Amino acid sequence: MSRFVDLTLAGTANGMVYAALALSLVLIWRSTRVVNFAQGGMAMITTFIAYSIVHRGGSYWLALLVAVLAGLLIGAVAERVLIRPVENKPPLNAVIVTLGLLVFLQALAGMIYGGTPRSFSPAFDIRGYQAGDRRLLFSPADLFTVLAVLVVMAGLAVLFRRSALGLRMRAAAFAPEVARLLGVRVARTLTIGWALAAAVGALAGILVAPSTFVGPNQFDATLVFGFTAAVIGGLDSPLGAVVGGLLLGLALSYLSGYAGSNVVTLGALVVLIAVLMVRPAGLFGSTGERRV
Amino acid sequence: MAAEAGADSIDLGRPGRRSRWATLRKHLAWTVVGGLALYLLTISVDPYRNLQIATIAYTAIAAAGLTVLTGSSGQISLGQGAFMAVGAYTTALLLIHREDWPLGVVLIVSTLFTAVAGALVGAAAARLRGPYLAGATLAFAVGLPALADYRGLREQLGGGNGLSVATKPPPLRLGETFPLERWQAWICGLCLVLTLLLLANLQSGRIGRHMRAVRDDEVAASLAGVSVARTQILAFVISAACAGLAGGLLAFVNSLAAPGAFQLTVSFQLLAVVVIGGLGSLAGAVYGSILLVLLPGWSADLAQQLDLSRDIYANLPLALYGVVLVAVILGFPAGLQGALVRLARLLRGPSRPPTITGR
Repeated sequence: MSRFVDLTLAGTANGMVYAALALSLVLIWRSTRVVNFAQGGMAMITTFIAYSIVHRGGSYWLALLVAVLAGLLIGAVAERVLIRPVENKPPLNAVIVTLGLLVFLQALAGMIYGGTPRSFSPAFDIRGYQAGDRRLLFSPADLFTVLAVLVVMAGLAVLFRRSALGLRMRAAAFAPEVARLLGVRVARTLTIGWALAAAVGALAGILVAPSTFVGPNQFDATLVFGFTAAVIGGLDSPLGAVVGGLLLGLALSYLSGYAGSNVVTLGALVVLIAVLMVRPAGLFGSTGERRV
Repeated sequence: MAAEAGADSIDLGRPGRRSRWATLRKHLAWTVVGGLALYLLTISVDPYRNLQIATIAYTAIAAAGLTVLTGSSGQISLGQGAFMAVGAYTTALLLIHREDWPLGVVLIVSTLFTAVAGALVGAAAARLRGPYLAGATLAFAVGLPALADYRGLREQLGGGNGLSVATKPPPLRLGETFPLERWQAWICGLCLVLTLLLLANLQSGRIGRHMRAVRDDEVAASLAGVSVARTQILAFVISAACAGLAGGLLAFVNSLAAPGAFQLTVSFQLLAVVVIGGLGSLAGAVYGSILLVLLPGWSADLAQQLDLSRDIYANLPLALYGVVLVAVILGFPAGLQGALVRLARLLRGPSRPPTITGR
């Protein structure tokens, strides 16, 4: 029973990270109908930037701030330079372009930092909380992860629901032509959407880095988990991304605890296929089902 | 080999008997020419080059399968490297546990086994589109190599070190001093030429037309009586079978099947090959594979001249693939083969309006 509690707690913390990455994929999918396969690579680069700052003696918080700002910049540039030309082209084109960016970013990181993964320390203690006479598998660092993602989600909810910019972004995603006629600068809102998404991804990268380490290919599996979480939630629902992330985090934590950590990625694949078979639109999605 | 396969145009009508024979004759002629060229090349170069030829050949087999799937059928797969792993491990296990089986049988069994795996994944994939399919196959490619280290399979699959197999020497009747690498280049070259012949005929036949019809408009294709799901699953099976054969040859040439050889990067490289060559072009898959295998050597030479560090030159080819993937899609959607076809048409004169093939 105590093992189950431990796995549940660990799964919740991991699930929040998947939720953050899923959220960044969902933000991009909503605005441009592109799944950004480079998201893992972009988060990896920003985490390396944070690593460099910490490595040179900078504080964790400075590193976090710089990484998030770098994420904003990388996201905006990627949208303007790479994604704009493939808008309204067959979806395969956008998929290949984001994969190309991923491959390039991985090679770039390999050139600068080499292939060996580096360790990245979290901001808080990673020893679990004491409950009676035993330690829980849930540490202050995990608590920080959960809280940080919750704060970001609340911030995004306020942005989308309460601000004029959020309204414009929702309008541009929902009906670009009408929004343009009504004076919304659709292209600019798409760029802002990508920038925000990459910033959320940068945060996810820093939160996951203590457990995966930082390296050119370290975030591949994290990207798979983020994508799966986003699909569980329906790919266009921010709330769905969070619920999907939590569900996936718990499922994979139990799988890892009871079956072994090497089957976790394939477990995510099974979850992904199962969700797409049973509910192709995800739990909260609004896209219609496609049948063959 | 089969250079005209990239110049396909969509024609759902049935070609007459004569044109079908003409196509087959043309493919057979290319096969003979390609096989002869490979033979002459293998007997005139040193063992190291022969090993490169073998590597190019099995890479081209995997790329050719992917170009049928992504180019003709329009399904993007990042799982080609994982299917290669299935073929490689099957071959390694058979070579270890069935020592008396001839190599040909081992390769055929590995190909068929991988094709079955492809059918399973393909049946799930037939419901997925574009980014969903890319994501699912990404999960497959990231997850499968880790299985080798799974505690229930570690004994059989050799864990992270993989399975090493005894080298299969060339048959004795070729002479005792016959170089091993030339034998390996022959086997891989033969498999490549046969695979290209089969795929070229497939692409110019009914199945190829069905695939392109499904790729371009699923609704129209199913209205025309084409079974969309069956066609897409078949494309997956074909591409997985190619990857299985390629993986089997990889295990045979390197005497090793290890998870490190099938990381996600392999699938990305194969995708880059297919995109560089022009989606759907078999000839492009071959040039792309030549580039893929030779590029690391060139990069190392360049690095030596410019005195670059190992980290830089080891990643230089990968960076180039990334740039090329983006640049080709943004600038030259028909790839290298498309550019060559367009050039040939320009030289031949404007007899018909140029069409861009592939996507």
